[in-house]
Amino acid sequence: MTATGFLRRPRRVHAASVMLVIGMLLAAAAALLPIAIIVFTAFKPIAEVNAYPPTLVPGQWTLENFSRIFDELPFARLILNSIVFAGGVTLFALAFDSLAAYALARIDFRGSRVLLIAIIASLMIPFQATLIPIYQLVADLGWVNTFAGLIAPRAADAFGIFFLRQFFLSLPRDLDNAARIDGASEFRIFRSVILPNAVPALLTLGIFTFVNNWNDLLWPLVFTTDAEMGTITSGLTLLTGPGGIIPQGVMMAGSLIAVLPLAVMFLMIQRRFIESVATTGMK
Amino acid sequence: MSITLPKPAARYRPPAPLGGRRAGPRRSRRSILALLFLAPALVLLGAFVAWPMLSAFRLSFTDSSGFGRESWIGLDNYTRVFTDPAVLRALGNTALYAGLFTPTAVIVALVLALALNHPRLPLRGAFRTALFLPFVVSLAVAAFAWSYLLDPQIGLLNYWLRGAGIQLGNVLQDPALAMPTVALVAVWKNFGFYMVIFIAGLQEIPGSIREAAVVDGANAWQRLVHITLPMLSNTFAFVLIVALIAALQAFDQIYVMTGGGPFGSTQTIVMEIYESGFRELELGFASALSYVLLAITLLLSLVQFVFFGRRERDAQ
Repeated sequence: MTATGFLRRPRRVHAASVMLVIGMLLAAAAALLPIAIIVFTAFKPIAEVNAYPPTLVPGQWTLENFSRIFDELPFARLILNSIVFAGGVTLFALAFDSLAAYALARIDFRGSRVLLIAIIASLMIPFQATLIPIYQLVADLGWVNTFAGLIAPRAADAFGIFFLRQFFLSLPRDLDNAARIDGASEFRIFRSVILPNAVPALLTLGIFTFVNNWNDLLWPLVFTTDAEMGTITSGLTLLTGPGGIIPQGVMMAGSLIAVLPLAVMFLMIQRRFIESVATTGMK
Repeated sequence: MSITLPKPAARYRPPAPLGGRRAGPRRSRRSILALLFLAPALVLLGAFVAWPMLSAFRLSFTDSSGFGRESWIGLDNYTRVFTDPAVLRALGNTALYAGLFTPTAVIVALVLALALNHPRLPLRGAFRTALFLPFVVSLAVAAFAWSYLLDPQIGLLNYWLRGAGIQLGNVLQDPALAMPTVALVAVWKNFGFYMVIFIAGLQEIPGSIREAAVVDGANAWQRLVHITLPMLSNTFAFVLIVALIAALQAFDQIYVMTGGGPFGSTQTIVMEIYESGFRELELGFASALSYVLLAITLLLSLVQFVFFGRRERDAQ
């Protein structure tokens, strides 16, 4: 390296840093623009939403879009449905997955290996591919438009079982062997020794499951035909499409309510949230 | 499979039975015990995964409409999948979508992961938060926001681009631009997810290698090309396959933004399954199409499984 090159180096690095920051600011702006448009439009009066030229920030702030969305849709009910559906799937799946995972990780029984392989193999099946027979089964049970129909088919999840099994295997044997020597039953060991030590993995899987179900569109679209039984995500799509005459401000108010719980959860527990999505998403 | 999953510990050997009792009854008792733990999950997975798999396979050889008589029609549904121009178009559209979405999302994610990992970047946490935030937005809601931004009359993005001399027109009504637009929405939503996987991969590269390269006089570009990228190739392949599988399942934003149009130009496999299965009630045909989707997905998963299974063994 020449002397001049050596002298010029700090300035070049500086220029590169400036470029890096500018590039990142642009990327962040692109990432945030659609979210900003949801937030700002939700608070805009209808006249301003349709005005030309369009603006980003409202000149005048209003809550009328939020009251309209409750008139256009049974929105309170949809919020409740989303909470029961996503929350229900999460709780049941955590309970059933952890029970099954315990058997696969800690009880040595005939056929455990075959069972594990079958579970891993079923990870590769996209739910879209079996949607029709699942729907037929749910319909035969009379569960269309019920929480049972929305929740039961997802109340156990092969990935959750596999994920928790791997975590349980990483817990030291001494923990449960001590309890076993004290005469504790397997269920008691599961509940009082394994589960308390698996809270991080359960939280990780729980966040991932909740987010996926809260945001899912196809599933509630298929299993609910009654507007009263949809989720926020599927309910809002009723307002779009050809002939969708719902003002954009109202759509954005509904969208904001749909995004808010996950956004708040994400901002509060960022590290865990990102880690949950990243580790469990890698199936 | 996964890079960050905990490694399985050595297989558990139960302690030898005390007092020389025979292992037989203990073993069968353990089997019953295990079955009790497994029962809820096995019943549900059997009913909602295994049975539907078999049922879809059977349906795919019938002309079932969900009610009334159904008859066995052999391979007719599969013949239709590969000859019906509308279905071939949906298969082609899905390939086009995958071709637009996958490389764009993966490259955007990689570049931003490298930038976020740059030692001189200030406000790293704030940038990471902003870039990951789209991932918490559902694809349906993302589609509402983007439809509004791109509205030909009142869309802000359209207005800004016009100011810059770019006439977009009505992208969602344009058969040539509708597919790139719905792919863009998915890129916007998902790049943050792939980005954090890349960041995890970058952090696994030992700092000592970088330091050694610096001592040897390698500049930033040389370090990127000769160290970072080669060491990231496994993560890259992994993200690529995960993104490709996700692309095959494209539905939400297309359902919201275009409904498969204009003129079928954004009709994908899953849109076609949904419409033929739940609107036209051609369950047999929709099941055959489902099995084609399943076969393609299995093939990709198998590539991933073999590739990463080998890699994990090599690493041990």
